[in-house]
Amino acid sequence: MKRCDKLAEVGRRRFLSGAFAAAASVPAATLLTERARAATGGARVDYPSNRLANVSELKPNETLEVAYPDDDAPGVLLKLGKRVPGGAGPDGDIVGFSTICPHKGFPLSYNSADKTLNCPGHYSRFDCEAGGQQVWGQATQNLPQYTLRVDDKGDIYAEGVDELLYGRLSNVL
Amino acid sequence: MAYKRNIDRLPIIPADARKHNVTCHYCIVGCGYHAYTWPVNKQGGTEPSRNIFGEDLSKQQPAETVAWYAPSMYNIVQQDGRDVHIVIKPDKECEVNSGLGSIRGARMAEMSYSTARNTQQQRLTSPMVWRYGQWQPTSWDDALDLVARVTAQVIKEQGEDGLFVSAFDHGGAGGGYENTWGTGKLYFGAMKIRNIRIHNRPAYNSEVHATRDMGVGELNNCYEDAELADTIVAVGTNALETQTNYFLNHWVPNLRGTSLDKKKSQLPDEPHAAGRIVIVDPRRTVTVNACEAEAGKDKVMHLAINSGTDLALFNAWFTYIDEQGWTDKDFIAKSGADYDAAIAANKTSLEDAARITGLTVDQIRQSAAWIAEPKDGKRRRTMFSYEKGLIWGNDNYRTNGALVNVALATGNIGREGGGCVRMGGHQEGYVRPGDSHVGRPAAYVDRLLIEGKGGVHHIWACDHYKTTLNALRFKQTYKKRTDMVKDAMSSVPYGDRAAMVNAIMDAIRKGGLFAVDVDIVPTQIGQACHVWLPAATSGEMNLTSMNGERRMRLTERYMDPPGQSMPDCLIAARIANHLERVFTEMGDATYAANFKGFDWKTDEDAFMDGYNKNAGGGEHVTYERLRAMGTNGFQEPAVAFKDGKIVGTKRLYTDGKFGAKDGKAHFMATAWRGLQAPGKDEQKAKFKYLINNGRTNHVWQNAYLDQQNDFVMDRWPYPFIDMNPDDMKELGVREGDLVEVFNDDGSTQAMVYPTPSARKGETFMLFAYPSGVMGNVINDGVNEFIIPNYKQTWADIRKIADAPEGVKALTFKSQEFSVG
Ligand code: SF4
Ligand code: FES
Repeated sequence: MKRCDKLAEVGRRRFLSGAFAAAASVPAATLLTERARAATGGARVDYPSNRLANVSELKPNETLEVAYPDDDAPGVLLKLGKRVPGGAGPDGDIVGFSTICPHKGFPLSYNSADKTLNCPGHYSRFDCEAGGQQVWGQATQNLPQYTLRVDDKGDIYAEGVDELLYGRLSNVL
Repeated sequence: MAYKRNIDRLPIIPADARKHNVTCHYCIVGCGYHAYTWPVNKQGGTEPSRNIFGEDLSKQQPAETVAWYAPSMYNIVQQDGRDVHIVIKPDKECEVNSGLGSIRGARMAEMSYSTARNTQQQRLTSPMVWRYGQWQPTSWDDALDLVARVTAQVIKEQGEDGLFVSAFDHGGAGGGYENTWGTGKLYFGAMKIRNIRIHNRPAYNSEVHATRDMGVGELNNCYEDAELADTIVAVGTNALETQTNYFLNHWVPNLRGTSLDKKKSQLPDEPHAAGRIVIVDPRRTVTVNACEAEAGKDKVMHLAINSGTDLALFNAWFTYIDEQGWTDKDFIAKSGADYDAAIAANKTSLEDAARITGLTVDQIRQSAAWIAEPKDGKRRRTMFSYEKGLIWGNDNYRTNGALVNVALATGNIGREGGGCVRMGGHQEGYVRPGDSHVGRPAAYVDRLLIEGKGGVHHIWACDHYKTTLNALRFKQTYKKRTDMVKDAMSSVPYGDRAAMVNAIMDAIRKGGLFAVDVDIVPTQIGQACHVWLPAATSGEMNLTSMNGERRMRLTERYMDPPGQSMPDCLIAARIANHLERVFTEMGDATYAANFKGFDWKTDEDAFMDGYNKNAGGGEHVTYERLRAMGTNGFQEPAVAFKDGKIVGTKRLYTDGKFGAKDGKAHFMATAWRGLQAPGKDEQKAKFKYLINNGRTNHVWQNAYLDQQNDFVMDRWPYPFIDMNPDDMKELGVREGDLVEVFNDDGSTQAMVYPTPSARKGETFMLFAYPSGVMGNVINDGVNEFIIPNYKQTWADIRKIADAPEGVKALTFKSQEFSVG
């Protein structure tokens, strides 16, 4: 997965220079010299570590409805039965995704036959086995996926999201 | 893993941000957007008073909110030399898209040139010349002097036919009224260039000759007609992916039945139901799937014809509808001509058509009924739409005419819920001096270039290397000819202009070609050129265009062009200025005088000289008036300026008067003649797979900007080839494998995408993609007016390699929306 990590890294770098510029309220001239160390400081939001469920509650290929980082941000947990990108847990097969379509905010529904999340709004579909990649659709981003941690007791925690959630200009309100 | 931006927060648009009218500069639909800009050291806040929306942004916003934008809609760009934040987001008040943004248009901001955020760093920022064996920056004056001297010398030796031109003729990015006029005035006004071609085809001709010859302009209805029609006929158009928001915002409501109230109130004297649709396409597209999801399978008829047999189907419709007496006799009597001759010439039985198209007699009969059978004694309203499946398909001219025949016979042009329209690729934006000197058929420019003709080639936003037919042969010859000039240039000191021009001319006399590329990015054909002139794009200049319902808007300049780049219209003017100077120096004052009238300083100067003075109704249109008309603009032609508004024209031909000299619409004799273009039958007989080809949702045009967009390249690192799983088994290939597609005309590569809905032996490959050019395997056969046939291409396929590392993370699941 080397290539993707690199891409994500590029994306992060690009944004930070922008966010820093906005947050720091410095004149443009200073900005030029600041760009190089833009990666420091709180340019990303601080995510809560929320317990969403316990592994024992997940049934293979069935959605468990959750919300993260707060109650207004619906999502799902899935146990896919196969090690996948971003997968957590002993088998690396537990994933979590936002279920608000990043195009215009319609609710996504799960197609268990091919493990995709589908949008009735304008027919976008996202592959849960491929990091939420948009198989086809009108969103300009892939589906926001949770950073998950599973502890010794099998409790599943969400601790981050990798794309902007629809309907909010900050993932943590 | 899928590409993620890891952006979890965006700067908020402050209440006092500057707002600019924007029309999406990609596809024909021309969705309305606004660009908001504000100083880089300022930001809005979540409190209602501190943001442009007046909303509490500390709360989650609902679906379809205006108070949200995606990271792709944000960037930092330069405006009047200063960094500003920019958000380019769809406009809910625009009638075209009602706030919808597509996967292409909603990335406009991210696809802008930004040094602060490293986006589109491929953009050309200085004129470049071939110097000391590599590309080197130079000044405008230096580059233009070289271009003018070589061009003038070639014209002196070979006449104007020695100057070859490839130029856009459309609207939106890489076009627009300002720029078609600028280039048009140079090549058709100051000169009378005949060896000229358009960005996507090898000659200077209309893609829709037939309908124009019949007196029916190809953009004759309005988008609302798709909401009012009883039946929509869609031929070779995959509207969901290529005219996205037109489909979503105007077709879907009809298929869903949510436009019923509109139908009842606008057309009260007839029965109404939710719309039906007939889709003619050999391939099951996502459009077919979406229509079924919205309307139900019983209201969608997908006619999966044998590739290239549309004409036989249309002639059968025409014949059968006539036999049933379902024609609009009054309309034909009043507005039509040559009806009887056409009926006689085109007579095709249902059985014959079934044999040719591979459809059943019932399918043809029933689709004809959906098109023309009266509804409770009233005329059925049917809208006919077509695009590249027809335009780049077999026997283009006749097939176009055959479809217009059906639309005219059923009285569906100039009426609500009707129209017979091309769906379009780019927006339109054509205003040029007359082109009749080009002749008909026009010169087959790419073939002439292969044959060694021409001494100098001016290229405007075209990339033959990706978008022509017989592309492999073209590239081989073009490289050889331009390399001769490059070698000659390397043999003399750059600073000795006279020696340089002599060396270039020597090489040209030996068959070399001097090439000048005007573009916003370094293209593939650009690599073979000798001079690059950097152009500005939409939003970096004021730009006017019209969309598929002739809706004209002004995109206001919201950012600076990168570096020294300039609008094409001004580049054309500066070339003219230099040609005037050089011809004067050469002692040809008479010819030099042709290049007067190019003293424009701004895009607006070019607009006033061009559109305002030359377009039909242009006198009513100015920048100031367009600015006031916002993202809704007006529909061309303008007929008046009243109460502070430009008055436009919603539909053409509502008075029953058509465009032929006699004011009639002429039916056309369009007999079936099999695969028309030379070489197609032989190719089909010899090679196993149909290589159907076209666009995909993520990508705009030939990916000239997308090739530097991580989101797109993550999804499509290589062009896909959709393939039936049984074909894959026979070839021993798996998803993601790279295969070679080859025939006697050339070879190219693609990535296998398993597609159960693809018919066996019928593949579909992404067209014009940089990492695998489909045009390499298209033979050079064209129709009688030099319209290429890209779609009917056959080739063999063999495996090259297992799925490379870069595609392992890709999804290869079905692209059809399905809730399971
Ligand atoms: S549908 Fe066309 S015009 Fe509209 S946003 Fe998409 S690319 Fe732009
Ligand atoms: S809201 Fe999901 S595709 Fe548009």
